[in-house]
Amino acid sequence: MRFDKYEWTAISIMVSLFILVGFVQGWSVSLVILNMCIISAIMTMGVNISWGYAGVINFGVMGFLAMGGLAAVLVSYPPIKEAWHVGGSGLGISFVLLIGLVIAVYFINKLVEKKSHKYWLNGLVIFFGVIIIRHFFLNATSKIEEVDPALAGFLGGANLPIIFSWVVGGFFAGGVAFLIGKVALGLRSDYLAIVTLGISEIVVSVLKHEEWLSRGVKNVIGLKRPVPYEINLQSSDWFINMVTWFNSSKLNEIIDPDQKQEILNKIIIDSSSLFVKLNYAVLFFIVMIVIYYFANKAQVSPWGRMMRAIRDNEVSANAMGKDIVKQHLIIFVIGAAIVGVAGAMLVTLDGLFTPSGYRPLRFTFIIWIMVIVGGSGNNLGAIFGGFVIWFSWIEVAPLTTFLINLFTSGMDPQNAIRLHLLNSVPYFRYLLMGMVLLLILRYRPKGIIPEKVRHS
Amino acid sequence: MIDFINSIVVLLNFVIIPGLSYGSQLALGALGVTFVYAILRFANFAHGELMSFGAMITILFTWFFQSQNIGLGILPTALIALPFGILATIVLGLLSDKFVFKYYRTQKSVPVVLAMVSIGVMFVVNAIIRIIVGTETIKFSDGQKFIMKAKQFKVMTGLNEGLALKSSQVITILITIALLTFTFWFLQKTKTGKSMRAFSDNEDLALLSGINPDRVVFITWLIVGTLACVAGTLYGLDKSYKPIIYLNLVLPIFASAIVGGIGSPFGAVVGGYVIAFSEIMVTYAYKKFFKYLLPENLEPSSLVQLLSTDYKFAVSFTILVIVLLIRPSGIFRGKVL
Repeated sequence: MRFDKYEWTAISIMVSLFILVGFVQGWSVSLVILNMCIISAIMTMGVNISWGYAGVINFGVMGFLAMGGLAAVLVSYPPIKEAWHVGGSGLGISFVLLIGLVIAVYFINKLVEKKSHKYWLNGLVIFFGVIIIRHFFLNATSKIEEVDPALAGFLGGANLPIIFSWVVGGFFAGGVAFLIGKVALGLRSDYLAIVTLGISEIVVSVLKHEEWLSRGVKNVIGLKRPVPYEINLQSSDWFINMVTWFNSSKLNEIIDPDQKQEILNKIIIDSSSLFVKLNYAVLFFIVMIVIYYFANKAQVSPWGRMMRAIRDNEVSANAMGKDIVKQHLIIFVIGAAIVGVAGAMLVTLDGLFTPSGYRPLRFTFIIWIMVIVGGSGNNLGAIFGGFVIWFSWIEVAPLTTFLINLFTSGMDPQNAIRLHLLNSVPYFRYLLMGMVLLLILRYRPKGIIPEKVRHS
Repeated sequence: MIDFINSIVVLLNFVIIPGLSYGSQLALGALGVTFVYAILRFANFAHGELMSFGAMITILFTWFFQSQNIGLGILPTALIALPFGILATIVLGLLSDKFVFKYYRTQKSVPVVLAMVSIGVMFVVNAIIRIIVGTETIKFSDGQKFIMKAKQFKVMTGLNEGLALKSSQVITILITIALLTFTFWFLQKTKTGKSMRAFSDNEDLALLSGINPDRVVFITWLIVGTLACVAGTLYGLDKSYKPIIYLNLVLPIFASAIVGGIGSPFGAVVGGYVIAFSEIMVTYAYKKFFKYLLPENLEPSSLVQLLSTDYKFAVSFTILVIVLLIRPSGIFRGKVL
């Protein structure tokens, strides 16, 4: 992992921007942006692995993020015993029946020779199977959803530390990606884009409406944290001592003990929230570095070089005996799993799971802009893209307000155009994102930090 | 017998007429996507925003005409504003082509890059729309809302079930028929239409036989702009205009185009209706329908609904995936215009 001059410049620009925001808008704001930037960078790395290494397009980012989020809920939420009690057996029966149906279809396909018979038999078995399963399933789910609908109404989770969900989220997303890949990979790239986009919508709509599983649009709130709570910090001695020690020079100047205590309390409250955000940042940063390390290792390994060969010339890679379909599936699943990890981290950071919040514009297309801008095929580029785009996504609003005020300063403050423009400040970020994407694609199609091709 | 007619009326009222009008909107949208795909050769993600933009300009002109007290009586004012919307959409399409798409066309970029570029255009147009009209829902249909109200129908026929006919639905269907007839006549009978088909079939051969590619591209944007604006306005007239909704509409439109066989205009139209009808039929609760048909003791107790309406959207994609698996080229073997 040696960086060249160019990459060092990119890194130092980013770091100094965060420090600048820290001084101008406060360290709390800076850390909030940083946390989201790190998560975005992980998502971007996930997309970059499938698109940049192997040229497999994945427009299902939103769906995989949502799967990761679901994992966070299912891992950390305490189980709702009553719901399991009333609906568990029904769900179990329908699950067993479903497996039976799959096995039946599998054997029909294997044993029946004639094609037309096969279709008819399959159709009949699936039709009646689904009717029977639906009966048990709907019965069970409606009972589950009736259990204390205001607070619960779903099965709950496993009551484990939420940090485990980061791994589980990867597996969830990878599993879904495996199913999607089995169906859709092998389509032409722009078809694949549309199909993955559509399937991710299906995933999200399932999460939105299957209330027994994810509580649907009623959202899950109050998820556990992997880091301490502010309120506990404020009453723990070691934290107070640490804050006092850090601010000792400032506190020593104040002589009046009452005033001193008052200021100390204020500092403790501020720094407890900062400390929590910092903890998140450290945790996320570790995950990012680990993924970055392995992604880089994989890229220069024989496997990574094979992937590049497949990307650059599928026909000749095939002629060399590489199984393209299998490798595409593998890399699609790996990319999706990393996105799933990011999804679980996102829900961990927010502490709540809102299925209706997953919109393609925000969770698929922005991530793709990050990949394209940062540089597809280069992991540092992906991280950089994630940082830059998320940073500007947030910081463009104050900047636009400033610019509008500047350009309309000659006008009457109650001028209709001026007010309208100020009201539409949040929409300027879309304009910026579109322009950035178009400009990068036109003048720097390989991204800000392009892929390094090592000839060895 | 009367029960049978009643059940048919139920089906007409809740499935067939809404299906026809929604299908027409999808068909017009899918036709536009297909044109871009067949001639400019990329999947245009910005098509939904093009529709939205057209609808927005139409709304702005509608407001202008309403403030000037110009109207069409029982017909919505939007119909006079529509030509201006079409014009603006065409201009937007041509501008996006000149400043964005043309470069990649001359570079002979791969389709995926062009699709990415269209996402950039989508963001920009989306931002422009939001900056101009915000994100609020806008209702701009005026004139007479219903051609026939459910109550009137009941009185007229003496049936138990009513049949409501919204004027926006009738307008949608009529305009669609007119526009589709014109488009197909243009493609089949005129020299320009034939040259476009030739260009889509084999670009090199078309160039060799002296077809001017710039002209073909120009005409394509004329058609695409018209179709997009009309589809967007009709959708807005029928439901109500909401800038965000058009991004979600892109997916069923793509599904329609691909299901019908992308690149085939006829396929796009059929695909639009297939998607619309399956969305509505799979999520419709048939309880009322069966109530009239079956004897009393067999009446269904549940809603007789295959999927809850929450999954309306998922239906179009399931169909898309199934079609791609069984018959990847779509119902009408696509590719050629």
